[in-house]
Amino acid sequence: MRYWSLIFALAAVFSVGAFAYAPFSADWWLPNPAGEPYHSVSTFGREIDALFLIILVLTGAVFIGTQAALVWAQFRYADRIGEDGLPVRPAQYFHGSQRLEVIWTVIPAGILVFLALYQMDTWAKIKFRSASPRTPVLAEVTGRQFQWAMKYPGPDGRLGTPDDLFTVNDLHLVKDQTALIHLKSADVIHSFFLPQMRIKQDAVPGMAIPVWFDCDRAGRFELACAELCGWGHYKMRGDVVVHETEAEFQAWQAAKLAEQGRSQIAGADEPEGDDR
Amino acid sequence: MSAGPNATEPNPHDHIPAAASNFLTRYVFSTDHKVIGVQFLFSSLFFFAVGGLMAMVIRWQLAWPWKPVPILSQWLWSSPGLGGQMPPEFYNKLFTMHATIMIFFVIIPLLTGAFGNFLIPLMIGARDMAFPKLNMFSYWIMWPGFVLITLSFFVEGGAAEAGWTSYPPLATAARSTPGSLNGQTYWLLALLCAGISSLTGSINYITTIVMLRSPGMKMFRMPMTVWALFITALLQAFALPVLTSALLMQTLDRLAGTNFFTPVGGAVANAPAAVGGGAPLLWQHLFWFYSHPAVYIMILPGMGIASDVISTFSRKPLFGYKPMVIAMGAIAGLGFIVWGHHMFQSGMNPALGATFMLSTMMIALPSAIKVFNWIGTMWGGRIQYTSAMLNAMAFVSMFIIGGLSGIFMAATPVDIHIHDTYFIVGHIHYVLFGGSTFAVFAGIYYWFPKLFGRMMSERLGLIHFFLTFLFFNGTFFFMHIVGWHGHMRRIADPTVYEFLRTPGVVGMNQFMTICAFGLGASQLIFAWNFFYSLVAGPVAGPNPWKANSLEWATASPPPYYNFETLPRVYHPPYEFSVPGGEDDFLPQTTPLPDNITLDPVMA
Repeated sequence: MRYWSLIFALAAVFSVGAFAYAPFSADWWLPNPAGEPYHSVSTFGREIDALFLIILVLTGAVFIGTQAALVWAQFRYADRIGEDGLPVRPAQYFHGSQRLEVIWTVIPAGILVFLALYQMDTWAKIKFRSASPRTPVLAEVTGRQFQWAMKYPGPDGRLGTPDDLFTVNDLHLVKDQTALIHLKSADVIHSFFLPQMRIKQDAVPGMAIPVWFDCDRAGRFELACAELCGWGHYKMRGDVVVHETEAEFQAWQAAKLAEQGRSQIAGADEPEGDDR
Repeated sequence: MSAGPNATEPNPHDHIPAAASNFLTRYVFSTDHKVIGVQFLFSSLFFFAVGGLMAMVIRWQLAWPWKPVPILSQWLWSSPGLGGQMPPEFYNKLFTMHATIMIFFVIIPLLTGAFGNFLIPLMIGARDMAFPKLNMFSYWIMWPGFVLITLSFFVEGGAAEAGWTSYPPLATAARSTPGSLNGQTYWLLALLCAGISSLTGSINYITTIVMLRSPGMKMFRMPMTVWALFITALLQAFALPVLTSALLMQTLDRLAGTNFFTPVGGAVANAPAAVGGGAPLLWQHLFWFYSHPAVYIMILPGMGIASDVISTFSRKPLFGYKPMVIAMGAIAGLGFIVWGHHMFQSGMNPALGATFMLSTMMIALPSAIKVFNWIGTMWGGRIQYTSAMLNAMAFVSMFIIGGLSGIFMAATPVDIHIHDTYFIVGHIHYVLFGGSTFAVFAGIYYWFPKLFGRMMSERLGLIHFFLTFLFFNGTFFFMHIVGWHGHMRRIADPTVYEFLRTPGVVGMNQFMTICAFGLGASQLIFAWNFFYSLVAGPVAGPNPWKANSLEWATASPPPYYNFETLPRVYHPPYEFSVPGGEDDFLPQTTPLPDNITLDPVMA
């Protein structure tokens, strides 16, 4: 009978083992660039990862402690029937302990309040509008079934002017520069999710929400939609390209503008649009 | 409670009502709370199978995207021209209806409908519910819901596919996705029916528990299951009106052209722009104002069941009975001020998110206290490994995982990364399957003898538990890992993304799917055990587990009037292994020995 406790021990060991193995496999750990499984590319990402690890360690310790107590109680206090058909050992008769109740109320309460307060600063830095950077906007990103429409301000640095650059599913930014994005939706709710940069923000129709982040590695990353938006939700994927230098970004923008070229600039001569 | 001066004198107001006269009023349109409980049990178990089969198909698609599902594909969705592949909108219907059915038509009706109805009058020593006709109504109003939710698969566009959360405008704009054409309206009406059922049920439970307790049954002498169902009913009674109004508002948005949830000029899929003026986030606030308490509606009765089962099979008084009750009250109270933690990334004011983080962290506290008390209950006991006990232990063990993983998402910065990923899917399944469903199994194994007068097979019960427990962990544990790796929920094909196409992630997805099939197949043992024992199980006596609470003081199954004379109660139901007693249990109807005084703070 007492060996039933082992199945609970097995589940606990399996859980701890899977979590302990996870950091050693790039596929199992937090999403990071290939070849650098422990390097989080964004400033916010590093802070979030640190907070994640704190919670992982704390909850891991609580998990091991409670499971050990549970399995021990299951094993140690299993009923045993003697040869006379009577229990070998009677159950103890008590109704609780005020001291224990106070201890296991106050200590977890302290830990939980600490955890909550400790997160506040990072949360404020990432999401509070008062913390948004005073930099020119990189792009206006509009989610729409099932694509990400990007509008870059172009060479003049202002959105809504004739030199705006439009791309679809293609977000470009510069390494080590804070990218500020205005997030909108054209139809239903989407969610702008950059797994490697640990950024997620819902795009809500009728709202323009600022999102800002940076990246300290040049290369290609992925943009995902994280909020169910219809039948094509699963493939609402975008490319994120981080350029090594500002010049490289400008060169890409110029090339794209030239490609977008004729119709856009020709159309700009006509009096139209709300920005004129 | 007004009671006679001594126990033996019958209460003059107490009389046994006449029996139901014919088959229809006795077994179908019955006002007997036990029959209604059994009706809830059977219909919920049926929908449990339906929802479970949907999960199997969902898992197939995640492990082997676009591979035709064996056998089923040709019947259900496939156009031969597509080679039997599942269309992505069908995948969206599956997870939407899996969650909707499991939450609104399985777990809530099982815990409150089946156990609530059957147990409350028996455990407090009443002849029936306070409002038997309303009780009958609370079951039969489920049926339009059952019909609508089933019918929705067969309307133009098919069943709803906006997720069980049904966020507008996806859910309100008819052209946004096929399921929003008609299926969403059926979904809304079906949920309205389920909501009315829960609401009428909860009014009945509250009134019954407050008014109809038998002589001597003080509030602090009620079993934890009754306490849990009482607090659950309070949650339902106060939260459901909000959901009901939200459902009506969404129905009006869809059918009557109102704009509660549509922004100014909102247009989806090139439809003409709406006048708008509403707010999509309003729905989320209203929906979660109910649906967060709903999570506690689905776990509190489980906590009650686990407390009773663990105490009985540890042959030991419940550790900290009153602190346990207070902790449950705290969960319910805090449960009303944490709904915003579903909306941290929604565009809601982030400052509000910070306050919701604090309240959400605090709600972990009473849950932790309960876990410590359950372990304390086993400590020093004489643990009997019955099927019911093992499932209750699994409830504790798995609820620890579900509770701890909640802390990750309560932390707003960490939630930025894991929000809407498989981490949350893992969390909810550790709470709703690891918690509620194991508690349901514990409850069924424990009260089956009382329900039907026969014992279930312990051997099959142990095998069922063994397989379920192993496959459950195999199915859901890796969801945490793929989740923090960034695997979004509700995507029909993860391999679209480079970072989800790697062998490690694909391997975990396939492992989870295989375990899910094992988990599904294991339930056949339960089904066999259930139905076989129903007709051929050994006959159970009135009190096969030697338990203390009142339901064991009457016959199995109880007569329609429950008790010959209303029992008199002397103490809480947890007096096991009282020193000096001949038996190791002391029914609530037997006075405590003179040398025992109960700790006024703990017991």
